[in-house]
Amino acid sequence: MAAAPASAAGRAPVSAPIPARVWVAYAGLALLLALLPWLVGGVLGLGNAWLRTLNFAVLYVMLALGLNIVVGFAGLLDLGYIAFYAVGAYMYALLASPHFGLHLPAWAILPAGAALAGLFGVILGAPTLRLRGDYLAIVTLGFGEIVRIFLNNLNAPVNITNGPQGVSGIDPLAFFGVSLAKPVVVAGITLLPLAATYYVFLLLALGVVFVTLRLENSRIGRAWVAIREDEVAAKACGIDTRNIKLLAFAMGASFGGVAGGLFAGFQAFVSPESFSLMESVMVLCMVVLGGMGHIPGVILGAVLLSLLPEAFRYAAVPVQKYLFGHVVVDPESLRMLLFGLALILVMLYRPAGLWPSPLRKRELKRSGP
Amino acid sequence: MLEVTGLAVAYGGIRAVKGITFHVNAGELVALIGANGAGKTSTLKALARQLPAAGSLRYEGRELAELAPHELIRAGIALVPEGRGVFARLTVEENLDMGAYSLSGRAGRQALARGLERAYALMPRLKERRAQLAGTLSGGEQQMLAIARALMGEPRLLLLDEPSMGLAPLMVQKVFEVIREVRAAGVTVLLVEQNARLALQAADRGYVLESGEVTLADDAPRLLADPRVRAAYLGE
Repeated sequence: MAAAPASAAGRAPVSAPIPARVWVAYAGLALLLALLPWLVGGVLGLGNAWLRTLNFAVLYVMLALGLNIVVGFAGLLDLGYIAFYAVGAYMYALLASPHFGLHLPAWAILPAGAALAGLFGVILGAPTLRLRGDYLAIVTLGFGEIVRIFLNNLNAPVNITNGPQGVSGIDPLAFFGVSLAKPVVVAGITLLPLAATYYVFLLLALGVVFVTLRLENSRIGRAWVAIREDEVAAKACGIDTRNIKLLAFAMGASFGGVAGGLFAGFQAFVSPESFSLMESVMVLCMVVLGGMGHIPGVILGAVLLSLLPEAFRYAAVPVQKYLFGHVVVDPESLRMLLFGLALILVMLYRPAGLWPSPLRKRELKRSGP
Repeated sequence: MLEVTGLAVAYGGIRAVKGITFHVNAGELVALIGANGAGKTSTLKALARQLPAAGSLRYEGRELAELAPHELIRAGIALVPEGRGVFARLTVEENLDMGAYSLSGRAGRQALARGLERAYALMPRLKERRAQLAGTLSGGEQQMLAIARALMGEPRLLLLDEPSMGLAPLMVQKVFEVIREVRAAGVTVLLVEQNARLALQAADRGYVLESGEVTLADDAPRLLADPRVRAAYLGE
């Protein structure tokens, strides 16, 4: 969460010094992020379940930022994004588990998974170059389902993915010989596995934030936006729309691939179920709800949508017991109900997202009622 | 500069342009006029390589078919698309920056600075609104911006598709003033326009398109005086 403004500040022109209070805010945010595992585990006493949720939130930040490149920057509606997450996850699962007896190191698999997912991005992008909007959405939706169904059925005649049972016993993430499955001692402080994982995820997420921020203000980023706004005019400006679109698909997919690899190592288990259409929709909601194309907004969307549903779930039972004396609605269905309600309210009252980019907000104000 | 021979464009079975021949000399302002559906925009889109077309399109001695659409600007051809096509959610200045996308490196940065200065000198309104989102400009200002953006790539040939479309009469006059100035600055202009009177008043030569065929071709003043043109396009 702190990352976006922090790096943005780093890029600010030298001529405009950043006010001290902004620095204080960034420092506070950085401190909060650094101390979050203790706050969650120790001070708030929420326990390991919440630490896991926190780790997933960071993974979702990476996913949402990857999808934001395709949907937010380049304006290409992708409803099958989770397929790239699946590609990264299965890459890790198959190359570091007893399934094939392979145990390659994470530092090798994660980039390879990113590359493979990027390739899948191009495979999806190439036949859909002429499509836009709803047509593109349908094709990408189909693509996502195809990948999931392949994973589900590639257990015969040759067993590659182990079908619906999924792959289990996946090696835990380990970097430089330090496994994240055991407590890690750093400078005399013992980090429990979940906290150590959190820091690794956070670091990688910050990397993703940094890359997307740089991309946004690059020649490529501007070309994406031009394509989103008007493709004919973009071509007339000298933009090779084909390559630039494929690049958006590939870049977005590769972030998904990295997140997928981390997911597999963290869960120690993957199965096709984790990569349903609902997951694609969820990530898309994070992007749209947060503020399409605006990096801090997308991060906010990802964090909120991964934490709030969990909070609903925990609160549903005690609140109902208090109000009615017994549980009236199953917490799981209530969660989806509230989630849907929240989506509708945000889209009605904040159509540009919770934290839209300043320019976009201005535009909506002008053209709005 | 531009030599078009037997250009034909078809959408499925419908032949929108049926083998037309025309040319544009360097430094000229040539107008293609005609009613709705005469094939004007199809002709221009074919020139901009945005539509598949048959026939020979020779530009400065080379076939345009060898170039991809995005390579045209580097070859010196800029298109102002129909309906303007400004990048609505970018600011005016960002739009102009995009126009210089094809220029890179040190020379590119100089050209960008030069281009901005030129654009703002030609259209002071754009300078006032440089930080405003292009989508919030009026129709006429957007048309100005689209022309200014096309000029950022320092083209030798400017293709203008219906610059007067949907504009208030006063704004149309202003847009045509800009077109005249662009031409005076040495840029060759091919103008596709429904407003025959204005187009022919500004042009050196004109072609009249009817149902995908060139029916008349002459110097612009002669076309303006031609009784057939007067009857069909000037409402007299």
